[in-house]
Amino acid sequence: MRKKVISTLLATSMVLGLTACGGGSSDNGSSNAGSSSAGSSSASSASSSSEQSDGEASADLSKYVSSTDEGKVINIWCWNDEFRTRVEKVYDQVESTSEDGTVTKLKDGTEIHWTVNPNQDGVYQQKLDEALLKQADAAADDKIDMFLSETDYVTKYTDADADVAIPLDALGIDPNSDLADQYPFTKTVASDASGVQRGSTWQACPCLFVYRRDIAKDVFGTDDPDEIHAKVADWATMKASGEELKAKGYFTLASYADTFRAYGNSISKPWVESGSTEINVDQKIMEWINDSKEWLDAGLFDKNIKGQWNDDWNKAMGSKSKVFGFLMPAWGIDFVIKPNWDGKEGSWGACDGPLSFNWGGSFVHGCAGTDNAQHIKDIIMAVTGNKDNLITITKEYLDFTNTQSGMKEIAEDASFKADFLGGENPYKYFQPAADSIQMTTLSSYDQGCVELIQNSFSDYFQGKVDLDKAKANFEKAIKERYPDITAVNWPE
Amino acid sequence: MKKKKSITRAKWGYLFILPFFLCYFIFSFIPLLDTIRYSFYEYYRSGLKIVGPNFVGLKNYAGILGPDLFRYMGNTFILWILGFIPQIVIALVLAAWFSDSRLKIHGEGFFKVVIYLPNLIMASAFAMLFFTMFSTSGPINNLLMDFGIIKKKIDFMGSVGGTRTLICIMNFLMWFGNTSIMLMAAIMGISPDLFEAASIDGCNPLQAFFRITLPMIRPILSYTLIVSLIGGLQMFDVPQIFTNGQGNPDRTSYTLIMWLNNFLKAPDYGRAGALSVYLFIVSGILCFFVYQMMKDDDQDGSKKAAKKQKKLAKQLAKNA
Repeated sequence: MRKKVISTLLATSMVLGLTACGGGSSDNGSSNAGSSSAGSSSASSASSSSEQSDGEASADLSKYVSSTDEGKVINIWCWNDEFRTRVEKVYDQVESTSEDGTVTKLKDGTEIHWTVNPNQDGVYQQKLDEALLKQADAAADDKIDMFLSETDYVTKYTDADADVAIPLDALGIDPNSDLADQYPFTKTVASDASGVQRGSTWQACPCLFVYRRDIAKDVFGTDDPDEIHAKVADWATMKASGEELKAKGYFTLASYADTFRAYGNSISKPWVESGSTEINVDQKIMEWINDSKEWLDAGLFDKNIKGQWNDDWNKAMGSKSKVFGFLMPAWGIDFVIKPNWDGKEGSWGACDGPLSFNWGGSFVHGCAGTDNAQHIKDIIMAVTGNKDNLITITKEYLDFTNTQSGMKEIAEDASFKADFLGGENPYKYFQPAADSIQMTTLSSYDQGCVELIQNSFSDYFQGKVDLDKAKANFEKAIKERYPDITAVNWPE
Repeated sequence: MKKKKSITRAKWGYLFILPFFLCYFIFSFIPLLDTIRYSFYEYYRSGLKIVGPNFVGLKNYAGILGPDLFRYMGNTFILWILGFIPQIVIALVLAAWFSDSRLKIHGEGFFKVVIYLPNLIMASAFAMLFFTMFSTSGPINNLLMDFGIIKKKIDFMGSVGGTRTLICIMNFLMWFGNTSIMLMAAIMGISPDLFEAASIDGCNPLQAFFRITLPMIRPILSYTLIVSLIGGLQMFDVPQIFTNGQGNPDRTSYTLIMWLNNFLKAPDYGRAGALSVYLFIVSGILCFFVYQMMKDDDQDGSKKAAKKQKKLAKQLAKNA
């Protein structure tokens, strides 16, 4: 009897123990979306003439800093080494970075501590949110001083109610004069609802149509960017050209996910309007759904490639692939296509796509509660507000940087050549594309909406479920991700 | 001097197991109670804003209890059972072979290590590996094409059967070694006299397996079943990584814990708590049944023998 009691007890405790720890965290091996990273980590040779700091800060800075004495540790949160390499390259106060890339020493003895979490699946945001909620209680040297955010969720952090990102003018940066050369849309994106800019970026990400020159010659008899542009000038033309490509066994684009940003960027209203708890699926998104299904059924996409950032997608950029081209921003050419291309250098070309749109972009924010306001200002100005530095970044990392006049110079510079693109100067096309971008329809729910709508409709495109089922699956998924969402409105 | 002095060392025993109970209490029991408490509250984070905790009664439970709960539970069970059946069968066969002194398998230690190896790989790494191998332009498809076995590439992960089968194969590969070793230990715990005596009486290996081995390792078998059942109910890492957290196609490989994980992403402690409580109840009930099923109330086989004799007597009477 006693044995039985004990064994029952043990079994119960086992069940208790095992069921209590459900829901572990997941590792995700795939590379992260919408961001670029550079391999080079050469120490900086100060090539910049950083803005002289004037020491005078607006009156309301005191609200955002925990101490006016500069602390000895600057904590910067980000999701890869992209920002670090740019800081090392152009911030003239950098002395050296440790081997493992976690600590960067400045000349005045201050240390930058880098905290890196992966962007994919919202992991970075989850960790950052938790840290921000604990910001008030953290020790001075543990407080976050700066953090980065991506276009998909920048709104969440620039929100005036959340008030976690310090307004630039409080730091002593006047967006109108100091950042006048930045692209206006990047400034809009980094501003809160009342137009106060709370972040700044060194890049703008206009997308081009990047295509394989050998396929272009085979099908259209030319690989000239202007002539190829005529073949993809708008969706209808692109579809007609797609039939020509198909006749020779090629796919126009890799997958339906590749066109998503082009549609998603031109929605008329945000996914969730501020103050609302309902998701509005825009007419443009429905167009993407319909067109994607049509294109996939017509054989213009490769049926085997489901979405982006997976193995099949990467292989579509290899020399054996039958995919003609991709819609990619500058970072996409250098960090996505280039590492996956295994053929001759110079086999790709770039021209304007069917419409101009923006994909990605990393914003730099000063974090409320910091004790390094002066350093934050210097770093933001050095990396995002200094034309010479930005041109250095462009030449080094091929980023399309956030300087209108600088990009214009590079676009007109006949000596600037990208070897990977067969000696073409892509900035000739990037630059006008960036001029026409408008982004006014962001919401803090964008990342979830963008990820989940592509996931949910993937089944529909492949004919596994009908349209209504796909809609229902999206509703389920989005309500799981965001508990405060009460309804999803579909256009008529 | 009425007090009887006896030396008891029991208190030392309690002292030694105290650390475990303390840890369990602090790190498992209190969070467990918290989970149950929060399941009655509206408590989540939206962006950087915390909502709640507001007491909402059974609203979270009602919200979760729907066709979806049963659908995901069904998925979980299908994935578990399809992986468990081959696992236990192969493990039993292997255990019987390896522990059979008459077979004299060479390199027994080597094989034991090899079958256990898959268990050492992290589940997520294993899932990533399978994902890459079975992707439409992956090596398996290329191999099959090169050998001329298939004409068109198979979209393994695009079909319900393909995805589920692959998940089950992964779970099987990861766990059959572990189960084999456990059963081997159980079989080696049986006194060899029994087998010897049986073989002298003319018992063949098959009979020995079913009449001696199986009944003797029943406690370990039930332990394996319960552990695997609880593990199966909490199946998460393999399908999560393999289907990118979506359980595609059409959520047919979406398990309960993947659902829970999606709640915790927000995080929504209320609904996640309610789901955990449901899961707790389900595992409790299932374990009770398994325990009842496996409980041996016929230790020496006398009841069974008596039953058989009775049946025999009846038959004899009928024939006569």
